[in-house]
Amino acid sequence: MINTLSRMIRTGILTETFPTPCAASPSVEGLQKDLRNILGRALCIRHVDAGSCNGCELEIQALNNPYYNLEGFGIKFVASPRHADLLLVTGPVSVNMEEALKRTLDAVPDPKLVVAVGDCGACGGVFGTSYASRGAVANVIPVHRTVSGCPPSPVAILEAIRSAVLGV
Amino acid sequence: MTHEFESAMKQLPSNLPCNHTRVGAVRWRQSAERFHTDGGRLLTLWGSDDRDRDGLFRIYAAYLLKEGVAVVEHEMEHGTTPAYPSLAETFPCALRMERAIHDLLGITSMEPDHRGWLRHGGWPQTVFPLRRDFDGSQQFSVNSQPYPFVQVEGDGVHEIAVGPVHAGTIEPGHFRFSVVGEKVLRLEERLGYTHKGVSKRFEEMSQKEGRHLAARLSGDSAVAFSWAYAAALEAITQTACPPRAANLRALALEHERLANHLGDLGALGNDAGFAFGLTQFSRMKEDLLRVNLSTFGARYLFDFIQPGGVASDLPPSAPPLLLDHYHVLEENVSSLRVIYDNHAGLQDRFRESGILSQEMAEKLGAIGLAGRASGVPLDLRVDHPCSPYDRLQPKMITQSAGDVAARVQVRFDEIFESLRLCRMLLADFAPGPIQTECSLAEPGRLGLGLIEGWRGPVLIALESGPDGAIRRCHAHDPSWQNWPLLEYAILGNIVPDFPLINKSFNLSYSGHDG
Repeated sequence: MINTLSRMIRTGILTETFPTPCAASPSVEGLQKDLRNILGRALCIRHVDAGSCNGCELEIQALNNPYYNLEGFGIKFVASPRHADLLLVTGPVSVNMEEALKRTLDAVPDPKLVVAVGDCGACGGVFGTSYASRGAVANVIPVHRTVSGCPPSPVAILEAIRSAVLGV
Repeated sequence: MTHEFESAMKQLPSNLPCNHTRVGAVRWRQSAERFHTDGGRLLTLWGSDDRDRDGLFRIYAAYLLKEGVAVVEHEMEHGTTPAYPSLAETFPCALRMERAIHDLLGITSMEPDHRGWLRHGGWPQTVFPLRRDFDGSQQFSVNSQPYPFVQVEGDGVHEIAVGPVHAGTIEPGHFRFSVVGEKVLRLEERLGYTHKGVSKRFEEMSQKEGRHLAARLSGDSAVAFSWAYAAALEAITQTACPPRAANLRALALEHERLANHLGDLGALGNDAGFAFGLTQFSRMKEDLLRVNLSTFGARYLFDFIQPGGVASDLPPSAPPLLLDHYHVLEENVSSLRVIYDNHAGLQDRFRESGILSQEMAEKLGAIGLAGRASGVPLDLRVDHPCSPYDRLQPKMITQSAGDVAARVQVRFDEIFESLRLCRMLLADFAPGPIQTECSLAEPGRLGLGLIEGWRGPVLIALESGPDGAIRRCHAHDPSWQNWPLLEYAILGNIVPDFPLINKSFNLSYSGHDG
C-alpha cells in the first residue's frame, strides 16, 4: 500500500490543458460548461469498431490516459449504446459488421451524434470498398463529423468530438 | 523425413532458412504427420487460384521446424469441387484456416465442418472472392443466416451471447458461452467480423504499395507486418537491407513490443479491479508514444519500414533522449512490478485463472507470447535470428504455469529484455545508408517474410506478378493459432473472469479476419 501511495504522490497530476488549434480555445472548465449547457450532464460515448485494423482503437484508448483525462472533461465511454449520446465509429465498415453497426445506431436514443474516426472511417482508407468492405462509415449510417489520420492523434479525436457536440 | 522427400526440397527466398517442395495428396498428409512427430508447428495455410496459368488450384502449408521453415505445396485439378486432405487431425489449428480458404477460394478440405468462417452472408455461397475471375469491387447485399453453434445440454445449462460489439474500446467478435451458474462449460468463438478482403486488395496493388496495407493488417503489429512484408519482397528481389536500417527496424519492433506490453499490463490491472495499474501503465505507454513521435516522427510506426530499408533516420538528438527514457521506464516498471507482485487482491485474480497447461499448449500448437507463458519456448528472434538479432542474442522468456499471472510475468520480463536489446542497438549504431533500391521482382517468384512480433510470429507469403504487381499475398497473424487456446483456457472458470483471461492473451481480430 505504501508503495502504491508513494507512486501516486510522485506521479502527481499529469492532465494537460486541452490543446486546440483555434484561438478561442476552451479551457477544461469551458468545455465542461459547454457540455453541461447542451446535454445537462456528461457526454456518453459508445465506441464501435466496424472493421478497423485496431490502430484507431489504440488512440481512442489513449484518451483515457492521465494526460488526456477524457473523464475530467465530462466525457465518458459507456458499455451500452442505450446509454450513449454519441457513436464513435472506426474502420472501413466491413460487410460482416454492417448489420451490427446499423443495429447499434438504432439502439442509441435520439438525439444522437456519429463521429467517424480515422482515414478508413472517413473515406475507406487503404482498404477502400470491395466485396468485403463498404468503405467510409457514411456509406452505411449518417455521420456528423469525420476525423482523418492513420491513426488520428488523441487530440484530433477529442477536437472532433467537441466540434460534433458544439455543432461548430 | 525420408531421403527422397528431403532431396526434392528446394530453397525458397525468405529471411529465414526456408525450403519448398511439391507433393501429392498422400504426401501432403504424411509430411504434416512427420513434421508433427519431429516437434514442428503449422505456421499457416493458404491457397491460390492458378487456373489462368496452368489450370490448377494450389494449397500451401508452412511449417516451423528446428532447422527453419518448410513450405509444402499441393496441386489440385479444377474439378467440380477441388479438394485436399485436411491437416486438422494432426494440427487442430488448421481447421479454421481450411474453413477460411474454402470461403475465399472454394477449395475444400475433407473435413466435415463446413460452416462459413469468414463468409457471414456478405457474399453468396457460390461466389469465391479470391478466384481470379472474381472482380473484387463487386458488392452484394448482406444475407445473414443464423450460425449453428454447438449446443450444450443439461440441467440448468444456459447460453450467454457476447458481441460482436463489445463493451469496451476493442475489436468485434462473438463469444458464445454455455454456462451453469457462473461456471463456463464451453466457449465457442465466432470471428471474421472485421474481414476486409485484404488478400484480394493486395492483388490490386503494386509491390511497392503493398507495404501500406501490410502495416494495417493489425494496427498493434504494424512494424512486425511491414517488416515481414519488406523481408518477403527483399528475399524475392535479392535486396540486402543496409545494416543501419536493420538496426532501426529492430528498434522500432522492440518499441512496438514495449508499447503493447505496457498497454496490456495496465489493462490487466484494470480488469482485475486495480485502476491504479491502468493509470500508471497507460501513462508510461503515452510517454513511449511521444518518444516515438520525436525520434521516429510518428506515434505508431505504420509507414516506417519500407522494402529496401526504412523511411527516416533518427535525429542526432535521439540516442541520449532514448537512453534517458529507457532508464526512467525501467525504474517505473520495476517499481510497478513490486506493487503488482505484492498486491493480494490482484494476485488472487491472476493466479490459477485461465490455465493453459503445457501439454494442452503443445497439443493445440500454441505459439508466441501465450505459448511461452505455458512453457513452449518458441521465439523467432532466438531460434532463427535474422539481422540484427543474430548479434543481440535475445533471451528466451518463458513461464510454466500457463495462467494469467504467467502471461503477466512474461510481459514484465520481455519489457526488461526489450529495453536491454534497445540499449544494445543504440550502442552499436554505425553510420550508413538507411535505404537501398528494391528492384521489381520477376513474375512468379514466391517468398516468405517471418518476424517475431509482440504477439508471436507474423508471416507474409508474397508471390510476384508481372510489371511489379502482386500476384498473391497471404498474411498470417499468430492469433489464428492462439484464438482456439482461449476456448480451453476459460473452461471451468467463471464468466466474470473472461475479460481478464481474454486480455491476458490479447489476440488480434483484424489480423485474424484479414
